[in-house]
Formats: sequence, structure tokens, C-alpha cells
Amino acid sequence: MYNARTEQRRAWLQASPALIWLGFFFLAPLVLILIYSFQGRADDGTVLWNWSLANYQKLFADGSFWRTLWLSTWIALVVTAITLVVSYPLAFFMATRSPKRRGLLVLAVMIPFWTNFLVRIYAWKVLLGNNGVVNRFLDQFDLGPLQMINNPSAVIMALIYGELPYMILPLYAALERFDWVQLEAARDLGAGRFQTFWRVLFPQTLPGITAGSILVFVPTVGTFAVSDILGGTSVNMVGNSLSLQFGSASNWAYGSAISMIFMLLLLGAILLYFKATREVNDGENPG
Amino acid sequence: MAKILADKRIETKHGRSRPVAKRHMPWGTWALTLNAIFVYTFLYVPIIVLVLFSFNAAKVGAQWQGFTLQWYNELFADARLGDALWTSLKIAGLSTLIATTIGTLAALALEKRGWRGRKAFDTGLYLPVIIPDVVMAVSLLGFFTLAFRQFQALLGLNLAMGLWTVIISHVAFNISFVTVVVGTSLANFDRRLEEAAADLGATPWQTFWKIKFPLIGPGVLGGALLSFTLSLDDFVVTFFTRGPGVNTLTTEVYGRIKKSISPEINAISSLMLLGSTILVLTSLWMQRRRQA
Repeated sequence: MYNARTEQRRAWLQASPALIWLGFFFLAPLVLILIYSFQGRADDGTVLWNWSLANYQKLFADGSFWRTLWLSTWIALVVTAITLVVSYPLAFFMATRSPKRRGLLVLAVMIPFWTNFLVRIYAWKVLLGNNGVVNRFLDQFDLGPLQMINNPSAVIMALIYGELPYMILPLYAALERFDWVQLEAARDLGAGRFQTFWRVLFPQTLPGITAGSILVFVPTVGTFAVSDILGGTSVNMVGNSLSLQFGSASNWAYGSAISMIFMLLLLGAILLYFKATREVNDGENPG
Repeated sequence: MAKILADKRIETKHGRSRPVAKRHMPWGTWALTLNAIFVYTFLYVPIIVLVLFSFNAAKVGAQWQGFTLQWYNELFADARLGDALWTSLKIAGLSTLIATTIGTLAALALEKRGWRGRKAFDTGLYLPVIIPDVVMAVSLLGFFTLAFRQFQALLGLNLAMGLWTVIISHVAFNISFVTVVVGTSLANFDRRLEEAAADLGATPWQTFWKIKFPLIGPGVLGGALLSFTLSLDDFVVTFFTRGPGVNTLTTEVYGRIKKSISPEINAISSLMLLGSTILVLTSLWMQRRRQA
């Protein structure tokens, strides 16, 4: 009944709707902007068909693009690092509670996680805005007003706030699977606290660290809304310049070139990261 | 979920249910607890402030001037918001239906081993997850624009962006998430059940609907729930792929948030928060009931 031949055919049949949909509405658009990135801009703002490397030449000489890219990378790295440092001990705390309390602690992380991201950004505007809660509070003591939004710190704060659950949940999943007897075993065999962590716990939770870091880094580096709402005109990230080129600047060809370089660098970084974490893991657990 | 956690505890050989950490590092326990208090405070203070101020009578500023439901009343009278909510629900519902079907099928295909192209398909499915949504959004804008122009030139067909282009795009980013979630529940499925059913004379169709689907159903539901939430949550892809006049809750609220803070937006936000809380609690409750 389940011979290999029909299995093969059935697998293809089941995969085909996804292949067709993603082929048309994911892959084809990406190929299209690859092609667009080699075209020009007509005076009316449409794409002018004229193959050249001009966009890439312009891009590499464009200091503001590299500043934007650097700012995005820097913000994403800071956000990823802080969420990791805060979430690992939290996930450890959660995983070592009694089962009943764990359920509640996970639930308490899930509620902000499922809340619309606009609400989460807006909450920070209510707190930090020029007319916000903190400034009104300061008013009573004739302090302030402090300018707390429209700067990178506000963007970083809101991003950490929004992305925290994406780091906590994979780390918790990894720690929750961990067999705690191993810690005792390592200690009984004479390992110190640090050694126990570094050689026993850390390698086994590395998949959670990798997953969490990517889940936080990617949306952060490509963010558009957070920097738009809390960064004002002073925080320009890649997402903002992309939307500018495809929006009011109407230079789709140049925007496409930005997308291409951005995507290549991002995919390259993720591959490198995967490779590095795998090597760390292999080094820790030879054989 | 709680049951799985409980089982794991029992497996621990020493049968000690209190955390190992407590015995090993008493100073660490303090630091861990403090860190936890800090994180949960950080997670909840902004939302609580938001909800509180949605009941504040002051029109401008953040001084407390008494309790009111005025902003909620104004909200319910706001037809634009009602329309936007309805549009959001239509987009999320339809795109979830399509993405869950396609994504579940893809997960079933991936479950089968040793077909040609499996590995490439598996890797390719992760791409929509790691490509930033803003890149996906602008590429879809470029794609639809070009495609419509070609349809017009070659076939004389007049197509334009609208609600349906948003739905198509949402399906495109949701398929992968559904496949990943359904895939994890398929990994726990015992394939011998299928073989047993087949040996007993069930057709593949019967085997699927009577044996397999009920068992992987929670996974499919989980995938659908994730897809629905991602769709409701999306701003960037919707913003770039919508036609004129299409306003979802996120695009409508985005415009208002960007301008200023106001008690009405506090009230909308609080209601959205209430909606997502109900969603989480319902899904948890359903999970409990299934396990009971």
C-alpha cells in the first residue's frame, strides 16, 4: 500500500500548493527586485528599463546608506545582546519552578507576546513622549520636560520590550528539556560552578540561544515601524530608507539595490552565526 | 502543557521537585528572583499605564482627572475604526484558512522521507521567516505593479491592488510558520498507527481523517492561531500591498499613533490588549481541556 513510488508522488502533490504559492508570491517578487536593482529611474518615478550597475555604484559611494546600515546593525546587536543577557537567567528561573508556577510564568510572557506590536510601541510613547506620563510627573516638581523620544535609546528600549518574548520562549523551551541531574553529576565529579555552566548547561541550551538570537535580530535589523514612530526623523534605519525609496522618493530601482545588499549581508551573517554556534558545540562535545 | 511538565519532573531520578539551583547557589537564587521581578515589571508597567490612562478623564496630558468611559464610547461610535477592524478580520480569517491548508499539506510532504527535492524544499520554507518583512513588502509591491501592467498590456485586463492582494501576501508569509508548527506535532505522531489502520483495511483518506488528523489537530490549530495573530499584527506588508481605500486596524491605528498620543488611542490599545489576552487564555483553556 505505502510503496515508495506512491509516497514520492504524494509528497510532491502535497508540497505543490506551497511551491506554487511561494514561487509566485515570494520567490518571483525577490527575483523581480533583483532585476529592478539593475535598472534606472524614469522622470515620472517609474522603473526605466536600462541595464546597468549604476545603482550599486551609487550605493557603495552613498555614505548615508552605510550609516543607516551601521545604525541598524548596531541597534539590532545591542537589542539582541541585552535581551539574551536578561532572558537567559529568567528562562532558568522559570524552568526551575514547580510545574504549576511554570505554567503561570509562561502565560505571563505569552500575553505581551500576542499583543499587537503597535500597542507595545505606543505604550512607550505614552510613557516617554513629550506629553507623556514621565514628563507630566516631572512637571509637578518643575523638572523637565525631558526629550526622551526621537532618539536611538527610545527605539532600542521599545525594541527590547517588543522582542523580549521571542528570546525568552526559545530559551525556556531549551532549558525546560534539560535534565537537571546532569548539573549535580558535574558537581559531584568536581566541576566548579562556571565549568558546570559552560561545559554542561550552555552547550545543551545553545540551540535555544541560536533560535532566540535570530528571532530577535532579524525583525530588529529590518524594523520600520518602531524607528518611524519613536525615532522620528533622527533615527534612520534600513527599513526606513527602503520605505522611502519605494514610497515618496519613488526610486524603486535604487530601493531594490538596497534590498539586495541588505538581504545578502543578512543571510551571510545568519549563515556565519549558524556555523559558529555549531563549531562551538562540536568543540565542546567532541565525538 | 502542564501535564508534560509534570511528567518530566517525575523522571528526575532523585525525585526532588524543588529547583536544583537552590541547593547549589543560594546567592544565585536571589539574583535570579530579582532578575525575574525586574523583567516581569518591565513587561507589564507600560501596558498597565496604558490601560489606566484609557480611563482618565483628562483630554490632553497625563494628569489623572478622574475615571471616565467617555473614550470607549467615542470609540464605539467611530465608524472608521469599526470598518478597519472588520477589514482586518476578513484578511486574517481568509489568509489563515488558505495558509493553514497549504502549510499543513507542506508539513505532511516534509514528513515523508527520501523524496527528491525534500531538503531544498525544507530549507526554502525557512526563507520567508528570515527575510525581513519590509523587503518582502516592497518586493510584492514591485511584483503586483509589474504583473498588473503586463496583464493590462497583453490581455487588456484591468486589475488593481485591493483587499485580495493583501490576502495573497499574508498567505505568502504565513505558510512557513504554519508548516513549522504542524511539523513539530507531526514529529510526535506515531506512524505505526497509520500502518495499523491500513492493515485493518482503511483507505488512505479514512486513515488521514479518522486517525491522523485528530491527533495532529492541536498542531494545526496552533498553526492557524499563529497565522491569524501574525496577520492581525502585520503593518508593513499590508501597508505596501493594499489598494486605495483598504484600511486595516493596524494601518488605521498607525496613522493615529504617529501623530500624537490621545485617550482614544489608549482605549483602542486597551481593547486590542484585551482581545489578545482572551485569545491566549482561550487557547490555553482548550489545551487543558484536551489533556483532561
